[in-house]
Amino acid sequence: MSDMAAEPTAATAELPRAKTDWLPLLLVPALALLALPFVGSPSTWVTLTVAGLAMGMMIFLMASGLTLVFGLMDIINFGHGVFISLGAYATLLVLGPLAGWALSDSIGLNLALLGLCILVAMGVTALAGAVFERVIVRPVYGSHLKQILVTMGGLIVTEQLIHAIWGASPIPIPLPQSLRGAFVFGDIVMERYRVVAVVIGLAVFLGMELLLNRTRIGLLIRAGVENPEMVEALGYRIRRLFVSVFIAGSALAGLGGVMWAFYRQTLTAGMGMEVMVLVFIVIIIGGLGSITGCFVGSLLVALVANYVGFIEPKLALISNILVMALVLIWRPQGLFPVARR
Amino acid sequence: MSSSSTLTLPFDETRRRGGALSELLSSDMPRSRALSLILLAILVVLAATPFLFPGSQPIGTAAKICVFIVLVASYDLLLGYSGIVSFAHTMFFGIGGYGIAIALERLGPTWSSVAVGLLAALALSAVLAVAIGLLSLRVRAIFFSMITLAVASAAAVLASQLSNITGGEDGLSFQLPPALRPAFRLLSEPLFGTAVNGRLVAYYLVFFVALLVFLMLLRIVNSPFGRVLQAIRENEFRAEALGYRVVAYRTAASVISALAATVAGALMALWLRYNGPDTTLSFSIMIDILLMVVIGGMGTMYGAVIGAALFVLAQSYLQVLMEAGSTALAGVPLLPNLIHPDRWLLWLGALFVISVYAFPGGIVGRLRQARQ
Repeated sequence: MSDMAAEPTAATAELPRAKTDWLPLLLVPALALLALPFVGSPSTWVTLTVAGLAMGMMIFLMASGLTLVFGLMDIINFGHGVFISLGAYATLLVLGPLAGWALSDSIGLNLALLGLCILVAMGVTALAGAVFERVIVRPVYGSHLKQILVTMGGLIVTEQLIHAIWGASPIPIPLPQSLRGAFVFGDIVMERYRVVAVVIGLAVFLGMELLLNRTRIGLLIRAGVENPEMVEALGYRIRRLFVSVFIAGSALAGLGGVMWAFYRQTLTAGMGMEVMVLVFIVIIIGGLGSITGCFVGSLLVALVANYVGFIEPKLALISNILVMALVLIWRPQGLFPVARR
Repeated sequence: MSSSSTLTLPFDETRRRGGALSELLSSDMPRSRALSLILLAILVVLAATPFLFPGSQPIGTAAKICVFIVLVASYDLLLGYSGIVSFAHTMFFGIGGYGIAIALERLGPTWSSVAVGLLAALALSAVLAVAIGLLSLRVRAIFFSMITLAVASAAAVLASQLSNITGGEDGLSFQLPPALRPAFRLLSEPLFGTAVNGRLVAYYLVFFVALLVFLMLLRIVNSPFGRVLQAIRENEFRAEALGYRVVAYRTAASVISALAATVAGALMALWLRYNGPDTTLSFSIMIDILLMVVIGGMGTMYGAVIGAALFVLAQSYLQVLMEAGSTALAGVPLLPNLIHPDRWLLWLGALFVISVYAFPGGIVGRLRQARQ
């Protein structure tokens, strides 16, 4: 990513700042404005836009871990979807004993419950990610073909384990009481849960950008993306960095899984794999390995799906593919190509 | 290619030694006694199933094995020989199925509608395969996997939404041409105790078309074209440097593979007299194909035969075994859940992962190694 290439620390202060690639960033507002005349009424437009942004944030949460892992480790994890499912099912560990919290009207208790679900899910998926990395992924570093096959195998096995532990039938999970319903301002309707999703998604995005661009760990990760051998030669344990990024990526999938689960309000072991199609589209659009690209791609895909769904419902089914094809024709490597590859 | 004569010397030698059988198998002999025996057994049993096992379940299982042999072998051309992972194989399988289903439903149950449906499906598959290949194969192989996944899911959604054409989630049931219907009698007397009716004709249609397509695929992978694909798989840059256009070869491979999958889909629809999203388009079939290729043996073609036979048999009969095990272990926590009959995929998945690590040649590779 060009905007990450140069950091104005003391040593590099005299270097010219790398140019930020604004064009793709402008796509999202441009698209939203373009849709306005087609949608017609501004209040519907606001509703659609907020709903689309929320959807985009949830996709971003689920996709960010995958693209981060790919960017740093050159590992494509087709089993990523199962961490989404696992995170979703992990909410049952919290919702079981604390069912009362979901029913209470107190918004504090409800949000605390959501937070607790997220924490537990991230813990579970982080652990699962560590095991997955060790058992499934590590033996096949460097070979994409084997990675795809083996991670698919890991996906099948883990999905079946979820079935074995929690049963194969779909499980309904209720949204906490005060997160149901919508805020209504005049004609504008915003579902409460979607607003929460936007807030969490933005927080994670900003957190990741800060972590990657403003901390030492982030500096090492970005250096690792550019040139892992050099980072290792400078005395850092790149292996440990790799593993922790994989674990963090899995935990992010778990977070996305919780948000996605409460949005769907039912749990199935295949839910992660279903959404993986969108996730792949998003990271292809964004440029494999780019967090910013992943963010822009998520918003783009979700907004287009929402607008098209409103204007011409039949087209909405393939709108994702159309967006992807258009972006790839414009920039074959995605919106923000990662330099090394 | 002037240099190819020296390069393929062993290839020509085996051809001269082998005779007619070698000619039929494109000089790609099983190269293992156990493997030859297993393949022969599968061939004989499949050819004689209607006469060996009475009832409709065995013949249905045998027909499914025939169809999946073609489907898996065509996938092996992509995965094993060209080294590219596609997730859109079921899309082509589905196009074949829907081609037959829509044509027979709309144009009436005649052989000409079968031809129209098949040709239209083949044309659509070819166009789609070229489009996907050109869009994604020139960038990186990994793009191809993800893009095929996306395109395949879009195709599945389209098939279930365009319900006035495809019948939506319910799929399409249709009438077969008279010669393939159960009421049709080819011989008035039963042969070896089995009625020679249209169902039997349909089975042998499936069997012989599957055999023919399989032998054609075997021929293709053992042709100079197939060697180039393997060269590209082994070292893309070197192949490009030798003057082979990698994108063109890969795209051609994906087109051939798509066409064979389309034929398989057509056979499936003809056999079932029905086509719907769950029988040809679903992602779980894609996973089944992956399991069959890898467990049978990637890049061997014969692996497709063994993988498909093993998998379909396991699908039909392993669950009975697991049922027994599960009831025997009732009372132990979690363990009965793990060998519950519905969890058979868990064990095949584990076998799959182990296959990729420990024996990349799958069962066929294992058998061939044992000989040396």
